[in-house]
Amino acid sequence: MAEKPVGCARPTGAMVGNTAPTQPEKTIPKELPMITAKVGAKAPDFEAPAYYKGDFTAVKLSDYLGKWVLLCFYPGDFTFV
Amino acid sequence: MGVEVISVSVDSQFVHKVWNDKELSKMAGKDIPFHMASDGPGNVGKVYGVYDEAAGVELRGRFLIDPDGVIQAMEVMTPPVGRNMDETIRQLQAFQHVRTTKGAEVCPAGWTPGKKILKPGPALVANVWKEWNPHKDH
Repeated sequence: MAEKPVGCARPTGAMVGNTAPTQPEKTIPKELPMITAKVGAKAPDFEAPAYYKGDFTAVKLSDYLGKWVLLCFYPGDFTFV
Repeated sequence: MGVEVISVSVDSQFVHKVWNDKELSKMAGKDIPFHMASDGPGNVGKVYGVYDEAAGVELRGRFLIDPDGVIQAMEVMTPPVGRNMDETIRQLQAFQHVRTTKGAEVCPAGWTPGKKILKPGPALVANVWKEWNPHKDH
């Protein structure tokens, strides 16, 4: 099975639809990043490793431009609720 | 429905696989049909304001993002209470309706498809009470 390595999940440093900074690794601060998600504003872009229909792959929010997206965070797998 | 789902937690993609195989697929009767993303360090959750630093997990954050990448709705809950998918779908349908009409039609409180919409404009100012009845049209 082809594994697509993406390393750790990380924000790209850009908003969806905008160009990422040329060197995103250096522009992401080590300390707690600023909260940048606001209703009515562009969503912060990110790339993360993912499981999808039997494969280990990656998911990037900006690949979904042109579609409606429901992005759901939750506390953890195998939790009760 | 016209929406792509992405789920995110701090679990690894490997744990997502086991959760799908051992539990979720049994609940749903099929494999999870969307990407289950892994945000181990909480980096994504932090920029979305849903990472609980003390517990090291993500809160129940739900973001509805339109085709331009703009967040149209969000909801954030602490872990012990689950979401209401009907409300999420209602909001999605309402925002899709507004977008389809390029904002010419807007959706009042409690709107679901088929219910009364409102057309903003000078004629509607101070006349919403004639057009929309909270008891009848809600």
